[in-house]
Amino acid sequence: MAGFALCAALPIVWLFGSSRALDLVLPARGAGGGRNQRRAERIRPWLFLAPSLGFLGLYLVYPALATIWFSLHDASGRAFVGTANHAWFWQDAPARRAALNSCLWVLVAPALTTAAGLGIAAMSQRVAWGGLARALIVLPTAISSVGAAVIWKFVYDYRPVGTAQTGILNAIVVWAGGTPQAWIIMPFWNSLALMAVLIWLHTGFAMIVLSAALRAVPAETVAAAELDGLSGRQVFLHIQVPQIQGAIRAVWAVLSLIALKVFDIVLAMTNGQWNTEVLASLMFGWMLRGGGDFGRGATVATVLMTMAIPVAAWRLLVLHRKSGQRGSGQRGSGQRRSGRR
Amino acid sequence: MAGRRPSLLVHVVLAVVVALWTLPVVGLFVTSLRDGDAVAASGWWTALAPNETRGMTRVMGHGLPQDASQVLEGSLFPRGRAGRIIAVGVRSTAPDAFRPGQPIEIAGGRLVVEEDGRYRLTLVVPPGGGPTDGWTGNFAPGGGTRIFYTARMPAALGFDNYARVFKAEGLLRALLNSLLVAVPSTLIPTLVAAFAAYALVWMRFPGRWIMGAGIAALMAVPLQMALIPLLVLYNKAGQAIGIDPRSFIAVWLAHTGFGLPLAVHILRSAMMAVPPDIIASARLDGLREDAILFRIVLPLALPTIAAFATFQFLWTWNDLLVALVFLGPQDDRLVLTGRLLNLLGSRGGDWEILAAAGFVSMAVPLAVYLGLRKFLMRSFVLDGFAE
Repeated sequence: MAGFALCAALPIVWLFGSSRALDLVLPARGAGGGRNQRRAERIRPWLFLAPSLGFLGLYLVYPALATIWFSLHDASGRAFVGTANHAWFWQDAPARRAALNSCLWVLVAPALTTAAGLGIAAMSQRVAWGGLARALIVLPTAISSVGAAVIWKFVYDYRPVGTAQTGILNAIVVWAGGTPQAWIIMPFWNSLALMAVLIWLHTGFAMIVLSAALRAVPAETVAAAELDGLSGRQVFLHIQVPQIQGAIRAVWAVLSLIALKVFDIVLAMTNGQWNTEVLASLMFGWMLRGGGDFGRGATVATVLMTMAIPVAAWRLLVLHRKSGQRGSGQRGSGQRRSGRR
Repeated sequence: MAGRRPSLLVHVVLAVVVALWTLPVVGLFVTSLRDGDAVAASGWWTALAPNETRGMTRVMGHGLPQDASQVLEGSLFPRGRAGRIIAVGVRSTAPDAFRPGQPIEIAGGRLVVEEDGRYRLTLVVPPGGGPTDGWTGNFAPGGGTRIFYTARMPAALGFDNYARVFKAEGLLRALLNSLLVAVPSTLIPTLVAAFAAYALVWMRFPGRWIMGAGIAALMAVPLQMALIPLLVLYNKAGQAIGIDPRSFIAVWLAHTGFGLPLAVHILRSAMMAVPPDIIASARLDGLREDAILFRIVLPLALPTIAAFATFQFLWTWNDLLVALVFLGPQDDRLVLTGRLLNLLGSRGGDWEILAAAGFVSMAVPLAVYLGLRKFLMRSFVLDGFAE
């Protein structure tokens, strides 16, 4: 508690204290007051920015650079080993598998999530109970990845043939005449099963952003197309989708970053076993397991960062392009996830 | 929206999708209310139907004088639970050999079990032996007659599992830890970001644009990138001043650092919406910049700031990685997500426990979401976290 009071009070004390100190050192009154004031106004913004710049420098800029430095060193971070860790990464089968899986996540999960969000947004706008549907689909957005992992592990639960299935997926499979499967331990399919959790969690986000975008499409355009005899599906595909391309790209980009950084879901559902390891969970393993190998952990992080750069650049580009066209409300909400998860 | 009436297909597809999104949660919630045996024996969708369970009860006779007979009566079901007996037996090899109401001859007596679970065991103590010594057959080593039964029990749902996880699984401590992590990790970055956002929007200085763009670009740095150097830095600092580097303060500061780019970005757009005339006249009145920030800009931008704070709270509450790395994996340091992860390992098959613990961890975010839904959605649509 005392620690918290200190942490919260320090920035405020800093702001008021430094601001007043500046006024004392460069008083706006008296001889040279005008010049003093100009100089004070040049310094003051940096007093406001200082706490943020300190945090950003210490927690993001320095670590990002230091990680690259660490990746060139051994497990303890002391001895320089050059590119040995990077050579290890590309020859190590589990590491390559993790890189491959991360690529798979980035390629598959964001596309499916965006498509699901778009489809639901469009459908929910055509029915009277669309508001209720949207509220229910958004609900998982509030749930943690670990909580979602528990929910879905239960969905995938497997009991031997002949006993009552308690997982609903296998119950449906048995009801339809199939044999129950232990989905979590079937390589390749288990990666898809894990992706389903991510899709389930984030479709609500995609849906909200895209339905705001759809609402911004002028009603006259849609009405005109319908007068021309286009079917509901044609209106959607040929009139609405092209008009909200920007929002679709923004959502896709944000989801790609989320998919690249996926960690909790894998850790909670399989702990990286049965070929489900991704870069983020691999990095966590090397960082902590058995005292930790900081060199290799940093190498994995560096690979992850390298993969994130094009995605992030794409996202910033989409963002930048969109800031030319104001007023549809979809753009910003596309960013709310950005830095986290 | 579209003028034409939607086809039936749209209704059906949307209904299926909504079911797909809600059923997993419903399933886990129902499971958290069920009895552990029932959870292992049948799917949650049968929770309301009566289920068949098998059980065994020992009936003890004791301290009888010789040549006396004794009648033991009672119910096979625990107090307060009513079921219907389908079959009974006295041997583990044939637990359902008899029907209810049928008299069962056992060594030294006779047993009748009624359909409603009441039993009546008439023991005739033979000369020279009490019930606890030497009766063969269905007398178990610990003494007593074993009655096996198959019963159809009505659905029983309750909050017993929740009581258990709070008592036995350390969930209360984890709940407290989650609060201790999430609340400061929300307030500190919001406050710090407000200063920066104010400077970026309402103060003129060279490099302002570069600063804003640079901070926004930092949103792209993956969290994983920062962990190892920070861990090393924390350890060194901890050694230098002789304290445990893994602490709540460490987590708060880490969440602050990681959350700042987005916070600055959103608060900046919120402050841009403040009319410039208000700021200009406040300056003419001689108000200091920090006063303008706290008395004018912050109150005006409050809705968006509150919306950001809500999301930041949800992220930090739901976070696993940062808490695990900077607070440590010890039992008394775990937040709810970490505790849940541990339970997945140690209680892998006990779904009723996992379900209850899972819902405890989800309760706060879901309450926040349900309580503030209108407000959160509006802040999306109105200022859309714009810019």
